[in-house]
Amino acid sequence: MTAVDIAVVGAGPAGLSAAIEGARSGASVLLLDENDKPGGQLFKQIHKFFGSREHRAGTRGIDIGTQLLSEARELSIDIWLNAEVCGVYDNNELAVVVNHSTSKTVRAGAIVLATGATENAVSFPGWTLPGVMSAGAAQTMVNIHRVLPGHRVLMIGSGNVGVIVSYQLLQAGADVAAIVEAAPSLGGYGVHTAKVRRAGVPFYTSHTVLKAEGADRVESAVIVELDKDWNHVPETEKTLAVDTICIAAGLTPLVELGRSAGCHVVFEPTLGGWIPAHDSYMETSVPAVFVAGDIAGVEEASTAMEEGRLAGIGAAAVLGYYGADERNALSQVVWNRLDALRSGPYGRKRREAKEVLLRAGENAT
Amino acid sequence: MTIDRTQNEREGVAYTGTPSEQELHDSGGYATQERQERGPVAFIECVECIPCNPCESACPYHAITVGPDITALPQLDGEKCIGCGLCIAVCPGLAIYVKSKHHSETHTTISFPYEYVPLPSKGDTVNLTDRNGDVVCQGRVLNVFTSRRNDRTAVVQAEFDKRYCSEVVSMKLPRSDERERGR
Ligand SMILES: Cc1cc2nc3c(=O)[nH]c(=O)nc-3n(C[C@H](O)[C@H](O)[C@H](O)COP(=O)(O)OP(=O)(O)OC[C@H]3O[C@@H](n4cnc5c(N)ncnc54)[C@H](O)[C@@H]3O)c2cc1C
Ligand code: SF4
Ligand code: SF4
Repeated sequence: MTAVDIAVVGAGPAGLSAAIEGARSGASVLLLDENDKPGGQLFKQIHKFFGSREHRAGTRGIDIGTQLLSEARELSIDIWLNAEVCGVYDNNELAVVVNHSTSKTVRAGAIVLATGATENAVSFPGWTLPGVMSAGAAQTMVNIHRVLPGHRVLMIGSGNVGVIVSYQLLQAGADVAAIVEAAPSLGGYGVHTAKVRRAGVPFYTSHTVLKAEGADRVESAVIVELDKDWNHVPETEKTLAVDTICIAAGLTPLVELGRSAGCHVVFEPTLGGWIPAHDSYMETSVPAVFVAGDIAGVEEASTAMEEGRLAGIGAAAVLGYYGADERNALSQVVWNRLDALRSGPYGRKRREAKEVLLRAGENAT
Repeated sequence: MTIDRTQNEREGVAYTGTPSEQELHDSGGYATQERQERGPVAFIECVECIPCNPCESACPYHAITVGPDITALPQLDGEKCIGCGLCIAVCPGLAIYVKSKHHSETHTTISFPYEYVPLPSKGDTVNLTDRNGDVVCQGRVLNVFTSRRNDRTAVVQAEFDKRYCSEVVSMKLPRSDERERGR
């Protein structure tokens, strides 16, 4: 049994930030991640981030990841890699499987769940052919392993993940035949869509994929137009010669550990589905169990980092490393930055959905 | 492949992926027509209220204003902008370029952000494109700026026939030309 003040599950931008804030207070921190490298999605994000200076705008995700890792090292945060957390039990005990072989138990004063999200699937005839993959898988291949998944790609979904991964596939040397979007308008930020558009990538709104064709791998894709009731419009099928189909159809928070801990969950479609309700310090309905990042509602890396900081400060305060006044003052600074990120037409919707979660969280505790 | 745009009858960035003329002119990111005639000046094509403002602090001449609400659209003051190009590589949206309409009697120059390899070289002839990625004309690369400050976003400066001044915004990826020739 390993005992620690704060155990953080998931070493993405949220978990790393939570661990750093927790350790700054003087608490002992253990950070666990199932991968062989820390960083979560950050090391796949080779583009420059938005925001303002205090959000490190203009800095690439990979470089933010490197900065966070060196901060974590300076603070002597203990990091377990290849460490999968399988359950949260009473008395804040975590069941951990290390290297797919050894099971360990960690007892923590406070727990921060920062497990991120999983990509949604879309099924269609031919979707089991090699060459059909999630956008995140393609992003991991090009940006982490430096392998091109294919030479000509069809992207399903025009949200930020779909357009950013399309851009990165172009940068890696693939052609993107088209980006299709079932909704009548595009989902991603206009500056991202404009970037791939001027590289010659066509967008098809009100379109979906009908099927993938090919003998033993994808050789082409058939797309079709949708009417306003989402029905296929007859005789609008188009066949695109592609060898890869990427699916970017949204993300769902990975809440299993929250459920395992007994957290009260709320359904909030704007933020990806079932989400643990939490208060403004990111504490869930279970005392001393916190959430941060995509598990607390799918947003962006920049918001995930701020939520991680809130959770780290909150967890430290629960353990007595900060008094209430200090906690409130530190949290307020972070909230100001979060509010700035959650403004404008894109941010406002997320902010309103977050407020529902917060109200549910305040009522549950 | 011919691109069928019939399904994108509705104008605007949310439908076509690229801002419409109307959105661009309403956003406040352009200098006046008269200023554009006078010398190099920035063109900011950022038409949605996203939380972002690095362009504001990038400009040493205080020609770009976003203000305290970071989702406000960047406003260009054409009288302050000298067209130095320092803001181009700083913008994470790659939404800024600089044009000098009357660079010479016959030619316009453009400096735009470019994040693909291989980078073009000085003196290369490249295909310059409009916002839809369609080739408008050829141009000659005058410079490729890759300073550390640009953090791996190159700025390509090219000159081209003045007649196409208003359409050109970027260049075609050279490798896609090669593939088309090979087909
Ligand atoms: C494919 C993809 C692309 C994206 N692209 C962008 C983008 O370009 N820009 C942007 O701003 N946002 C992007 N996002 C949104 C993204 O959700 C945030 O950027 C950010 O990564 C969320 O941070 P996080 O720390 O909550 O989760 P993550 O970065 O996903 O980190 C969670 C970590 O927890 C680990 N983990 C999960 N469960 C367990 C467990 N049981 N035990 C141990 N470890 C566990 C995971 O393996 C992972 O390493 C993308 C998301 C995805 C999935
Ligand atoms: S081109 Fe130079 S002067 Fe003009 S807005 Fe950009 S940084 Fe400022
Ligand atoms: S830096 Fe670029 S994307 Fe950000 S507000 Fe300025 S112009 Fe828009």
